[in-house]
Amino acid sequence: MSAAAVHSLWTTAVDPIDKIGAPKIEYGQLSPTLIVVGAAVIGVLIEAFVPRKSRYYAQVFVAVVALAAAFAAVVALAAGGYGTTKAHIAAMGAIAVDGPALFLQGTILLAGLLGVFTFAERRLDPEAHGNRVDSFAAQAASVPGSDSEKAAVKAGFTTTEVFPLLLFAIAGMLVFPSANDLLTLFVALEVFSLPLYLLCAVARRKRLMSQEAAVKYFLLGAFASAFTLFGIALLYGYAGSVSYATIAQVVDGTVQNVDPALAGTMGNDALLLIGAAMLAMGLLFKVGAVPFHMWTPDVYQGAPTPVTGFMAAATKVAAFGALLRLLYVVLPGLRWDWRPVMWAVAIVTMLGGAIVAITQTDIKRLLAYSSIAHAGFILAGVIATSPDGVSSVLFYLGAYSFVTIGAFAVVTLVRDAGGEATHLSKWAGLGRRSPLVAAVFAVFLLAFAGIPLTSGFAGKFAVFKAAAEGGASALVVVGVISSAIAAFFYIRVIVLMFFSEPRSEGPTVAVPSPLTMTAIGVGVAVTLVLGVAPQYFLDLASQAGVFVR
Amino acid sequence: MSFPLLTATAALPALGAVATAAVPAAQRVAAKWLALLVSLGTLALAAVTLVRFDPDGARYQLTESHPWIADFGVRYELGVDGIGVALIALTALLIPFIILAGWHDADPQETGSSRWRPTQGFFALILAVEAMVIISFEATDVFLFYIFFEAMLIPMYFLIGGFGDRAHGAYRSATSTAEGDAAAATQRSYAAVKFLLYNLVGGLIMLAAVIGLYVVAGNFSLQEIVQARANGSLHMATSTERWLFLGFFFAFAVKAPLWPLHTWLPNAMGEATAPVAVLITAVVDKVGTFAMLRFCLQLFPEASKWATPAILVLALISIVYGALLAVGQRDIKRLVAYASISHFGFIIMGIFAMTSQGQSGATLYMVNHGISTAALMLVAGFLISRRGSRLIADYGGVQKVAPVLAGTFLIGGLATLSLPGLAPFVSEFLVLVGTFTRYPVVGIIATFGIVLAALYTLVLYQRTMTGPVKAEVAEMPDLRVRELLVVAPLIALLIFLGVYPKPVTDIVNPAVKQTMSDVHKTDPKPEVEAAK
Repeated sequence: MSAAAVHSLWTTAVDPIDKIGAPKIEYGQLSPTLIVVGAAVIGVLIEAFVPRKSRYYAQVFVAVVALAAAFAAVVALAAGGYGTTKAHIAAMGAIAVDGPALFLQGTILLAGLLGVFTFAERRLDPEAHGNRVDSFAAQAASVPGSDSEKAAVKAGFTTTEVFPLLLFAIAGMLVFPSANDLLTLFVALEVFSLPLYLLCAVARRKRLMSQEAAVKYFLLGAFASAFTLFGIALLYGYAGSVSYATIAQVVDGTVQNVDPALAGTMGNDALLLIGAAMLAMGLLFKVGAVPFHMWTPDVYQGAPTPVTGFMAAATKVAAFGALLRLLYVVLPGLRWDWRPVMWAVAIVTMLGGAIVAITQTDIKRLLAYSSIAHAGFILAGVIATSPDGVSSVLFYLGAYSFVTIGAFAVVTLVRDAGGEATHLSKWAGLGRRSPLVAAVFAVFLLAFAGIPLTSGFAGKFAVFKAAAEGGASALVVVGVISSAIAAFFYIRVIVLMFFSEPRSEGPTVAVPSPLTMTAIGVGVAVTLVLGVAPQYFLDLASQAGVFVR
Repeated sequence: MSFPLLTATAALPALGAVATAAVPAAQRVAAKWLALLVSLGTLALAAVTLVRFDPDGARYQLTESHPWIADFGVRYELGVDGIGVALIALTALLIPFIILAGWHDADPQETGSSRWRPTQGFFALILAVEAMVIISFEATDVFLFYIFFEAMLIPMYFLIGGFGDRAHGAYRSATSTAEGDAAAATQRSYAAVKFLLYNLVGGLIMLAAVIGLYVVAGNFSLQEIVQARANGSLHMATSTERWLFLGFFFAFAVKAPLWPLHTWLPNAMGEATAPVAVLITAVVDKVGTFAMLRFCLQLFPEASKWATPAILVLALISIVYGALLAVGQRDIKRLVAYASISHFGFIIMGIFAMTSQGQSGATLYMVNHGISTAALMLVAGFLISRRGSRLIADYGGVQKVAPVLAGTFLIGGLATLSLPGLAPFVSEFLVLVGTFTRYPVVGIIATFGIVLAALYTLVLYQRTMTGPVKAEVAEMPDLRVRELLVVAPLIALLIFLGVYPKPVTDIVNPAVKQTMSDVHKTDPKPEVEAAK
């Protein structure tokens, strides 16, 4: 017996250890994210090295250029066929470059660009000690009402850090819907969540409310992140991998090479179901679906309005993108399990959001509940589990984000001595004082309500059509009923603006700089174009409707 | 490519609306004239459509078809049949009168903010409604129809809520005080919201059915679906067809309005200015009954027959209940509203009697009701604007002070009660005959509606126009030239169509025959012939 044969009696040979090769990174295909991250780092350096006086201009310039360049990169990638024929997995299996990813990244970048415009607005608040101020605290670290705060205001400080924070958040959001393994997903989740928590806390007016909102958001968000992480761990235990493709194979039962170390737990359905449920909970939290929506009204109300607008639009886009990829790429084999659950979530989200919104008296809370109802409508499209479902959700997200940013931008304009006048009673008679602003807001409200010839109708029709074709007629019926309920409170605001007598001490409408005007103008234009001639964008969404695996 | 006449007929008022809204604040009068000119131009285009339409030609004529939203299977498809062309003509005819009658309704009361331009808004909204109504009559794509059917709610809503009647009515007394104004504003916005919510809910339920239709049929083209159903290539399960029918019918029944979905109409007509009330009942509501004929019957013939008994009962209730409530009204405009509900009962009864007399009668009824209600309501509006009150009790002896006003009011009223010799008589008679041949009992009960109509019209005339002259109306001026210009043509038309309805029936009858063949119904044989 040879030595080798004897040896094999009590040992097994392992494969020779591979050299750890340098990872292969497709920089070109990741360029949108990389540009934004790079700009964010430059933003941090600007904070450190550029004199205070010119920081604002430098930051706005860098942010706008970076977002525009990243958007151009997305367009170039899409034009190069990465959304369709050349779709593939990049960065060693961590990032998917495919149609949905590029479409959502494009949407997020445009929303982010409009977000920068509203962040940079400095003409709405009255000048403090001769300095133009934006919506953000002079010095976020100073205690509200303290001497140091007064000193900071007097010195004309501004929190220009919001721009790099915004860019970091956008970078995370770009990765979130394109993440192709669970760890990347989690890292992206944290990268975009942490800056948002901070941004929520730095309002110039009503600072305590803003800080309270941030703390609530942070605590609940941390809780949701913990769920997500736990779900990821369980899924790893189930599949022995964090890669979407491998987990999907294990779910389908077509996996090759089982890792012996994990053979014990692998394929344990309890791990799969609990893990998937926890992961889905984390994503539904970010989406703001009932029953994980509790944070939405408080955070939307307390956060500085430009942040709310950006967050309401972009977070929803990113989170729905991730949810779509999870359900369509990782868990299609489990769809008979998750569809009933998602049905229930969609129904309570649509009805819950619409019904609770009726009782709201604050415009920002009202829009928060309306965003919850919209999350329900989008879920109806997610449930369709068809290519039409994906493309309808993509279209809806694109349409919705512009309406949202526009609507919140209008909210920043209506002001009284205490800052923004968000209580609904103060909006009475706005239509008589400022017909144009009221008319623009009415257009946004009608789009939210899904009235034909606005983008809201096209989007709603697309998701309901996909849901009906997917056999979810009951969801469509619940959807139209909650649309009818929702229409009631949108209409109520219109009644208030146009048919109520103006109050003598009512708010005034500030005349914004071209920045906010651009944001609102683009919002209105997109709302009407997508309502009247949606075909091109529907084509785009349906071309982008296929995930790479 | 020929000139897109149908698009032009709808696009002209739409562009006119934009142009009118853009007129500078100081140029109020220019905005009015612009709106009037645009509406006359639209009337001219509608007249050309009427002339170019060949009643004995193809079913849908002057058709246009362009791709629009391929993803939803939606095409921009227009085409008119005899029913559509008659209603387009009615719409285009009434709008100039509505604009003329409402000439001073939107003059700003206070010289406040210069950016608030109510006059421009008022006339722009009327033209916008006209454009949307016309395109609804033209659309042969279900989705295209739905979009404008829904979208027209928005300008209507602003017309009702933004430009209310300043006269006091049944639910409030004082107007000159601040509280009176506030109460009026509350009533008005209540009426506007009620109008919008009723119709929006109807429309959203229809949306579910529209989506359902797409899932079943795969496209929205009316002609294609009807053809596919006729040659058997598109099968629809009985229960599916019934659900879809109900979804469509619900929306149209709210719009029409049919008892018990009618309650928004008295509020809306009471609170709106008289011209806007005419716009609601004579123009916009016609889309509901028109759509029953065009979409419910053609797309879902079997379900329509299945639902006929129930719908006839509801229509009967509308006829009798509307008339009874009209008898009891204290408010002139609400009285006309309830009378309209009664008349819409007749129209719906005629449609669902499923006889060719019934359906031609119903179509003719839509036209005649539009003209007669416009005449009655606009004169009532002139009357109300003089006295500042909508309450019947505030009037008396007007015919001695303002004989022309009283005379035109009487003719409008007599038209409403279907006096022979005036246009509505012909259509009411046709509807009753058409119903009687198939459902004698229904026809007999409906006849009571006519008796009640005589009651509410004549009592209204007696209380307001005859008797001793009340002090408040003693100084009442008679109709002015502008007002005569509105009323005289309408009355002339009522008399003309009452004596010689052939021009309208010639256009309408072939289309009705087609619809009848879609639902596979033939007229019942006369009994004498059957006995042979």
